[in-house]
Parts: sequence; structure tokens; C-alpha cells
Amino acid sequence: MGQFIQQLINGLTLGAVYGLIALGYTMVYGIIGMINFAHGDVYMVSAIMAVTFITLLSALGISSVPLMLVLVLVIVIALTSVYGWTVERTAYRPLRNSTRLAPLISAIGMSIFLQNMVQITQGARVKPVPTLLPGSLELFTANGFTVHLAYTQILIVLVTVALLIGFTALITRTSFGRQQRACEQDRTMTALLGINVDRTISLTFMLGAALAAVAGVMVTVYYGVVDFSIGFVAGIKAFTAAVLGGIGSLPGAMLGGLIIGMIESFWSAYLSPEYKDVATFVILILVLMFRPSGLLGRPEVEKV
Amino acid sequence: MGLLITQPKGAAQRLKDGVGAALIALVLGVPMLGLATADVGGALAVITRWPLLAGFVGVVFVGRLFFQWLIDIFSLRKKRREQARPAVAKSRPWLTWIGFAALGLAVMLPIAFSGNRYVIDTATTVLIYVMLGWGLNVVVGLAGLLDLGYVAFYAVGAYSYGLLSTHFGWGFWQTLPVAGLLAASFGLLLGWPTLRLRGDYLAIVTLGFGEIIRLILLNWTEFSGGPNGVNSIPRPTFFGLPFKPDSDDGATFASFFHLEYSPDHRVTFLYYLILALALLTNLFVSRLRKLPVGLAWEAVREDELACKAMGINVTNIKLSAFAIGAMLGGFAGVFFAARQGFISPESFVFSESATILAIVVLGGMGSQLGVVIAALLLVVLPELGRDFSEYRMFLFGAAMILIMVWRPGGIIAKREPTLRLGAAA
Amino acid sequence: MSALNPHDPASPLLLEVENLTMRFGGLTALDNLSLQVPAGKVTSIIGPNGAGKTTFFNCLTGFYKPTEGSVRMHHPQRGPMLLNQMPSYHVARKAGVVRTFQNIRLFPNMTVLENLMVAQHNALQHASRFSLAGLLGLKDYRQAREAALEKARTWLTRLNLLDRADTVTGNLSYGTQRRIEIARALCVDPLLLCLDEPAAGLNPRESAELNELLLYLSREHGKGILLIEHDMSVVMRVSDHICVLNFGHKIAEGSPQHIQQDPHVIKAYLGEEDKDTEEAAA
Repeated sequence: MGQFIQQLINGLTLGAVYGLIALGYTMVYGIIGMINFAHGDVYMVSAIMAVTFITLLSALGISSVPLMLVLVLVIVIALTSVYGWTVERTAYRPLRNSTRLAPLISAIGMSIFLQNMVQITQGARVKPVPTLLPGSLELFTANGFTVHLAYTQILIVLVTVALLIGFTALITRTSFGRQQRACEQDRTMTALLGINVDRTISLTFMLGAALAAVAGVMVTVYYGVVDFSIGFVAGIKAFTAAVLGGIGSLPGAMLGGLIIGMIESFWSAYLSPEYKDVATFVILILVLMFRPSGLLGRPEVEKV
Repeated sequence: MGLLITQPKGAAQRLKDGVGAALIALVLGVPMLGLATADVGGALAVITRWPLLAGFVGVVFVGRLFFQWLIDIFSLRKKRREQARPAVAKSRPWLTWIGFAALGLAVMLPIAFSGNRYVIDTATTVLIYVMLGWGLNVVVGLAGLLDLGYVAFYAVGAYSYGLLSTHFGWGFWQTLPVAGLLAASFGLLLGWPTLRLRGDYLAIVTLGFGEIIRLILLNWTEFSGGPNGVNSIPRPTFFGLPFKPDSDDGATFASFFHLEYSPDHRVTFLYYLILALALLTNLFVSRLRKLPVGLAWEAVREDELACKAMGINVTNIKLSAFAIGAMLGGFAGVFFAARQGFISPESFVFSESATILAIVVLGGMGSQLGVVIAALLLVVLPELGRDFSEYRMFLFGAAMILIMVWRPGGIIAKREPTLRLGAAA
Repeated sequence: MSALNPHDPASPLLLEVENLTMRFGGLTALDNLSLQVPAGKVTSIIGPNGAGKTTFFNCLTGFYKPTEGSVRMHHPQRGPMLLNQMPSYHVARKAGVVRTFQNIRLFPNMTVLENLMVAQHNALQHASRFSLAGLLGLKDYRQAREAALEKARTWLTRLNLLDRADTVTGNLSYGTQRRIEIARALCVDPLLLCLDEPAAGLNPRESAELNELLLYLSREHGKGILLIEHDMSVVMRVSDHICVLNFGHKIAEGSPQHIQQDPHVIKAYLGEEDKDTEEAAA
């Protein structure tokens, strides 16, 4: 029982992170109908930047943890958005009217490029950062197993919930949200109505990158170790989450993230930790085979 | 690095554009080039590299202006060329000649560099990639299916030989067809449920499949030896004659031909072996391309719905491309295991799939000769210097983006028709 | 109503559509549509934009699964078959119903001849024994290939495309691409040819040629032709039978003369009934 609750908490935390990354996949997919293969690496870039700025700010003598967190979040979100913008501008926009294979390949090229760029400029070693928020709440003890709720876990869940509320408001209440949804429906018509489609797509990439940046900072704070290769697996898992929830559906991405986080957490605890990644891949393949529209997505009608 | 395509502009606008690109480069560069974290005395510390960042920003600024200028010239030329383009697809015999010349060079290479083991070894590696490239070209170039887990089939081939030879004493030639069939079955197994999916879903599923195979090989120690892999895999023999120093137990290659034993014999033999396998692959694929199935692969790449309307079973066509590509990958894997004598999951990581994909993409999707040129570039360039090999994947990634943006067809972009009415008459 | 006699020996019944309904969510694109299409005749489907004409084609050719109703093909050799239960490629391969697309769907990077050879894929693939005989270059396969080339050459000649045979289709003009698409469909040996707006974008000379071709195919080759078209100069000249759709309903059916005078049709096209237009139509 105790271990079960513990895994539930761990799974929830992990799921929140996957959900944040999955939102980026789902938004970009919604607007351009393509998977952003470089999204996992944008997340990795943000985590590496979080390490740099946490180290830099502590060297500059900032000791207040909340201030530090806010500063790091703001800086990393801003910089990562520019990375998201650049990804769209170089790997997607020039190919918008190209064959269907071309943007996929350029995006994979971008993913390989980003990963190796970080390896070259930042080094291949694992980067440890000191824990910003040490300690945890002891919830209860059952059968000699104490269930912990780490402060970082509380932080991650709180930040994720706050972001989701803000984000939903952005999509449903603001003019950007309306333009974004209009582009999803019909890009040509939206352009004819005088809306700057290019700008909307750019902003969507930036927004996706910003959410990935939050996930990157949270993961850095939570695990305390980051390296250049984390984007690959996290990317696939978040993508699986997006597909599981129904690609194109924002609540679906979050739901999918939570499910994938739970599965990973329970699988590692009760079955075999070595095969936890295999479990995700198998889920991905099964979902795509049997329910490609996911849990909350709408089925696609092929246009003839 | 950022903005690549724009309209021709005036000087002031160009300058503004260059400054914009430089500013973006600055923002992108600060956290990656300007700042870095490094281990200083046991703890992480931030180091700064402002000169590097300044250099990068400068290069982007100048490069942006230069490329703008270049694009203007190119787009003008392209317009002129398009106006002059003849309607009928021209036959290009010189490509065939280049092909034959390359073949001649390949055959002569061990003679020209006899005794230079390094050159022959590198050439063997190039040929492995050429063969893999030709195999993947069926899937990506002809059928237009993006397979990001091609290395899984290569691994199936390699482990088939590794395990069958060490456990059951199977020989190279015995294993080759079995491994090919096994790899093809894996291709069908993966393709059957997933080939109905959209292109980008297929890409990510194949990526996942490649990782599943690698993770299983890594973790299922009783079966595959886990991270230690499979050791002392027997080397291929020359029709039963082993390549080893003279000894009492039976004839060897050297004793049979009354030669003095030299380890170079095996290296040379392996080179010719992969050359023969690669040529067979080429022959096989070029013949298939001219058959109905090859034509249907390309038609599926061009328009699936139109294929269905013509009564073509699109799933079967895709499956056949997938299975044949997988089989060729399996063959290459068998050779790889036989050549190395040792295999481990390390050799079958995603970056290997990415390298093969880069070869196909850079060479020109669907072009056989393009694959050779790209394989040569991608294998030989990193050999030129240690520094270069560190930047290998980095440059592949960049090249994939640039090629897609500027020349989506690759080095050899133009497709050669499979038949002509004039020639057929 | 000049309904067709399905037992007319000169034009045996090919396709029988009964109570076809197609719904997308709340939208009913086709409502209880019934239609009979004979061999050797041109049957046209007309109606304003959004009337459900292309949806009807998609239901016939297996691209959509109709919500209700049946589409039965009476194959002269293979007997009756239900198209609405077949996968789309079987519709062309087994039932001999082949379509073209409103927005031309050729294989743009392949030559005209290659497009026509792809259309003969099933016969050739069979002759190549799934590539084995083809790889070995056996006689059977070579003969089948010659026959396929001959068929391609025949249709290319008939459609005035012979000099374009080795050209990449993507570079050709719109009108030429339309003709290639028809030639490609003909290479599948259809019993029933479904053409989706074949005259769209053609100049007057080209559309006159199209008229002649449609009459030739139906009269000389006995092919059934199902035509969606907006160009009334084509529809009225070549059709034996016209079915008018509006908002998914069949509002009229009959000979061209009959349709031109039908008040429902005039209302659907011109908005409301009005003495002048009725006189003009008559």
C-alpha cells in the first residue's frame, strides 16, 4: 500500500513533466499537421540552460530559492522560445509547400543537430546541480514503508496546474488563441481573413518550446542531473503521451502524460526497470494500431 | 543560421536582415557558446567563452549577407534554366559511365593499395554503408516511407550470424539467406500493423521499434550476451578454406594457393566479398525498380489515393518495400558480424540509423549512384581527422536540413524514368 | 420520368445504387439516393456545389463507407458484387469501377508512360509472378509487358498524347494532365468509368474532344460512364441520362431534354421559379 501510494506520487510528478512536453507536440501538430521531431531536443536544450543559469546565479550570490527559481524560469523560457522559433524558421517554414517527406527529414536533421551541438558546446558529461529544494513531507508510514512527498514534487504539480489554467485561458480567451484555433481549422481561409498565419505558427512553436522549458527546468530541479541525450527518450515518451491522449487535443496531452508517467513509475517498481522504455514504445505502437485518434482525439477523415 | 529564404532586397534591407540574423544568433549563442558549465574542482562552475560567441555572431552576420547574395544569383539562374527546360525527360548516359568508372576503381582498389590495410578497411566500411544505403533507399527513396529504425534489421542480421555460428556452428553462406529471411520477417512483423499509418507516425514507430530491438539485445543477457555482445564469431572462409597461418589441421587459403600467409588476404577477401554483395544488391534493386513492383513503390510514394483508385493494394506494396529493405539490411548485418568477429548493442544505436538515412537523403532519394557518393563523403570525411569525427553527427544533422531546404532531391536529384516508349518500341 | 429500362439488352445494367445515405456527424451529405447506371451509356450527375456529387463517387469507389444503403455492381463475368463492402482497391481491381479525381491526382514525378503502366500493375504483377519471373526475364512476363505497352500506346494515340509519352507529368499543362488521368483510368480496363469534372479547366476545343471521346468510349467500347460535370455544354451533349442532386437529395432524373425543363432543377440552379427562366429553358 505504502509503495503503491509512493509510486502514484512519483508517477504523477513524472506525468506532469511528460504532459508539459506533450502539449508542445500536440499544439504544433494541431497547427501544421506534423510532428515536431526536434521538440524533445528543445526540451533538452532548456534543461541544459537551466543547469547553466542555476550555477551562474548561485555563483552571483543569489541565495533565495524562490527568487532563483523565478529568475531561472524566466530566462530559460525566453531563451528556449527563441530556439523554438528558430526550429520552425529553419526546418519547417522553408518546406511548407514541399513533399511530405522533406519536413520530416529536416526536422530529424534538426533533432540530430541540436543534440550534437549541445554535446560539442557543453560537453558529453552528465551535469549535476545542487538540490535547490531539499527535503520532503513524510505523509504516513505503512508496514514500515514511509511515503514521502518531496517539495520539488509539490512544486512541479503546482506549477503544472497553474500553467494549465493560464494556458487554457490563453487558447480560449485571447485573440492569439482564436487565431491559433482558426489556423488549425483552415490555414488558407485564415490567411484570407487577414490573419498572419506565419506569425501564428511561429508563436505556436515558441509557446510549445516555452512549455518544454518549464518541464526542462522542473526536471533539472527534481533530478539534479541532466545531459545532452535526455531529449531523445523524453521526446518519444511525451510524443506517446500526446498520441495516447489524442494528438491535437490539449487536455488529451496532459491526460496522456499522466498515464505514461504512472505506467513508467509502476512498471519500474513492480516489473522490470530495464524494460520501462520498451513498455512506452509498445504502448505507442499499440495505440497507433488500434486507436490512432487516442483517448480524447477526433478521428481523421481522409480528404479525397 | 536562421532565415534562409527571402525575396531579393535593397542594400539597406539586406543590412537590416543581417543584423537581425546576428541578433538571433547572439540570443541562441549566449547559453550554448558564450556560457558553458564545466567541472571545476569537483563542482560545476560556469565558464565564459565570449570570443567564441563573438566569432559565431560575426560569421552569422557575414554568412547571412553572403547567402542572400548567393540566393539572388541562384534564383535568377534557376528561372532561366526553367524557361529553357525541355519537356521530354532526357536520358543521361554519363551517369552510367560514372557508375562504371566507379565500379572499375572499386575493383582495382585492393591492387592499387595492396598492403595498405587501412585503405582497404575503410573502403570495406564505405561499401557496408553503400549496401545499407541501397537497402534503405528502397524504403525511403522509392516507396517514400520514412524508416528511422533501419538499424534494427542490420542488428537482426548481425545477431543471426553471431548466434547461429557460435552456438550451432553455422557458416557464413548458410546463414546469409536465413538471416535475410529473418530480417524480412521482422520487417513484415513491424510493417503489417504500422504501414497504414501516416508518414510521420510511421517514422516514430520505426524509431521506437529500433530502440526496442536494441534494448532487448542489451537486457536479455542469456540470449544475446547483453552489453558484452557476442564474441569470437567465425570469419568467413574462401569456399571452405580458412584465412589463417599454415597448420597441420587441413588446408588453408594460403597453403592451397601456395602463397605465403598474410593477414592482408582476409582483409582483401572481405573487401571483395562486400563489393560482390553490394553489387548484387544494386543489380537486384535496379531490376526490381523496372518491374511492376518497383513502379508501384514509386507510385505509392507519389500518391497513395491514386494508387488505390488504380486497384493497387497499397499496404502490400509498402510491405514488400519494407521487407526487401529489411532483408538487404539483414544481409549487410551478417557481413558486419563476420567482418568484426564481435558484435554488441553499441553498434546498433539510433545514430547509426540516422547515418544511413543521411546517406540516402544526401545522395538523392532513389538514386543508386548518389548513395555511393554520399557514403564515401560520410565515411571518409570523418576519417580525415579526429576533430572531424567529433563533429560528424553535428554536420550530418545540419546537412540534412540544408539539403532538404535547398536541394530536396539530394546530390543526384533527377529521377531516371524506368522505361521509355521510344526505347521500348 | 424517362427511367431506364434495366432489361434493355443493348445496355445491360452495370451499377445499382439503392438508398445510399452518407452522414458526417450531423451533416447528411447524401440522403437516400438510388440510381441505376447501364453499360454503353453516359450517365451524368449534376447539381450545385456541395450537392454531394463527389461524396457519391467516394462512396462508390470505396473511399468512404456509406452510412446506409448499398452499391451493387453487376459484373458481366463475375456476377453481382457489393462495392460498399469492398476495400477501395478491390473496387477497381475486382469490380472494374475506376475513377478520376476532381483535383487531378497523377504521379507527378513519373512520365506519362509510367503513369499508364502503374495503372496496369495488377496484370503485370501477376505476369511477373510477384517479381520472380520478372527478375529472371521470363517470356511470359516479357509478353505481358509488351501487351501492356501496346495498350498504353493505343490509349495514348487515341487521346493525342503519344508525343508526350516520355515526359514527366508534373510539368504538363492542366488540360493535358486531365487527358492523362483519363488515359490512365482506361488502362485499368474499367467496365464503369467515373469521371469527376473532366472538363474543368479545359478550353472549348479540348472539351469538344472530350465530348467525342466520351461518346466513343460508351458507344464503341460499351463502357458505362458516370460523369460529374458542371460544364452543361458537355453534359447536355453526351448524356443519355442525367441525375440532379441538391443538398444530397435526388431532385430530378431523366433525359437531357427532360432535365432542362424540370422546374425543380431550374429552381435549384436559379434560386426560384420564374416565368422568364422557364421560357428560356424551354
